[in-house]
Amino acid sequence: MLGASDLVVGRGGVALLEGLSLAVGTGDLLAVRGPNGAGKTTLLRTLAGLQPALSGSVDVAPDTLAYASHADGIKPSLTVRENLIFWADVFAAPDGIAPAVAAFDLEPLLERLAGRLSAGQKRRLGLARLMVTGRPLWLMDEPTVSLDSSAVAALAALLQAHLAGGGAAIIATHLDLGIEGQVLDVTPHRAQGRTAPRGFDEAFA
Amino acid sequence: MIALLRRDLMLAVRAGGGFGLALAFFLIVVVLVPFAIGPDPSLLSRVAAGVLWLGALLACLLSLDRLFALDHEDGSLDLLATAPLPLEGIAAVKALAHWLTTALPLVVAAPAFGILLSLPAPGFGWLVVSLLAGTPALSAIGTFGAALTVGLRRGGLLLSLIVLPLYVPTLIFGAEVARRGAEGLAIGPALPLLAGITCGTLALMPFATAAVLRRALRG
Repeated sequence: MLGASDLVVGRGGVALLEGLSLAVGTGDLLAVRGPNGAGKTTLLRTLAGLQPALSGSVDVAPDTLAYASHADGIKPSLTVRENLIFWADVFAAPDGIAPAVAAFDLEPLLERLAGRLSAGQKRRLGLARLMVTGRPLWLMDEPTVSLDSSAVAALAALLQAHLAGGGAAIIATHLDLGIEGQVLDVTPHRAQGRTAPRGFDEAFA
Repeated sequence: MIALLRRDLMLAVRAGGGFGLALAFFLIVVVLVPFAIGPDPSLLSRVAAGVLWLGALLACLLSLDRLFALDHEDGSLDLLATAPLPLEGIAAVKALAHWLTTALPLVVAAPAFGILLSLPAPGFGWLVVSLLAGTPALSAIGTFGAALTVGLRRGGLLLSLIVLPLYVPTLIFGAEVARRGAEGLAIGPALPLLAGITCGTLALMPFATAAVLRRALRG
């Protein structure tokens, strides 16, 4: 579903991770591990096509992936239903919002303003948003942030269902979700000699 | 794209969207002018067209900094960029939404505010025509400026500094159309030039905006 070979990713022209090769197929889960600031987010954004790789290539069909950053992408002044319908329309989701609503138990919250939700409920809405995209490959950046243990378990169960249904996921996380999958520890791939080129100014990179 | 437009219109009308802020600002500018330059109707009617244009232009600036910043903060922009919409289309829709929610109310209210400045009677029609022809350019250029400053903290001031010089041609010809209309002169080439600027801006700006957004997403 997604392949990358000899990938070098970086921010502002400075390489963070190099020599990355990965392959994710149907039903695969790839957990990206590494210390803070190692470049996990940069790697995910590069895989999502939001920023170009410094070298190497990412091989993925652009209409297969959905990217979720730390933020949930939720508008507080719209209701839960309006938030979901918007994303379903943008992605022209064939099934509409019903499956996502059922999966995340959002039915009683549908008419509530998203700004009035608790942090955990917001996260559930954020994950439902990922689901209504109808895309098979999920790129998730720290999806367990601010979730309690029962919500983490719910997320793990959902991911398992997604994988079993022919999906795939690449997740940057510190927590072990208890799902069988590949683990990519980025520590050995950290770029050496991370010095900025002469005259380099991040603002103009 | 229609979904995005509908969402942006909905967000603007809902609480916290800042809808009506530009209109209130425009009104305050217009009300303050007689205090500053004196209540003499003949003096006011001479400057009315220019003041109305300037007020509308400044009011247009107010909501620009939120155009992409909110979507950037909450992660919507990342997901939109991976959505099956071209970024150029997103940029065009954003500009259209800004025009509908900010500029169009100003155009509609401008004649009423013209009364406050004793705008001469023949000027009302031309004021509306010039604003209708000019404000789409303000929205399109402003969207470009908003994309340029999207990742910056307190980018609002920088946004004004970038956008205002780009507004100059529109202001010159827009105010000229309104002034000539108010004084009962022939409009001359000012209106075609104004419309030309707007058409050129509308054609080019979505591409420039999309290019800048791509740059901003690299983080």
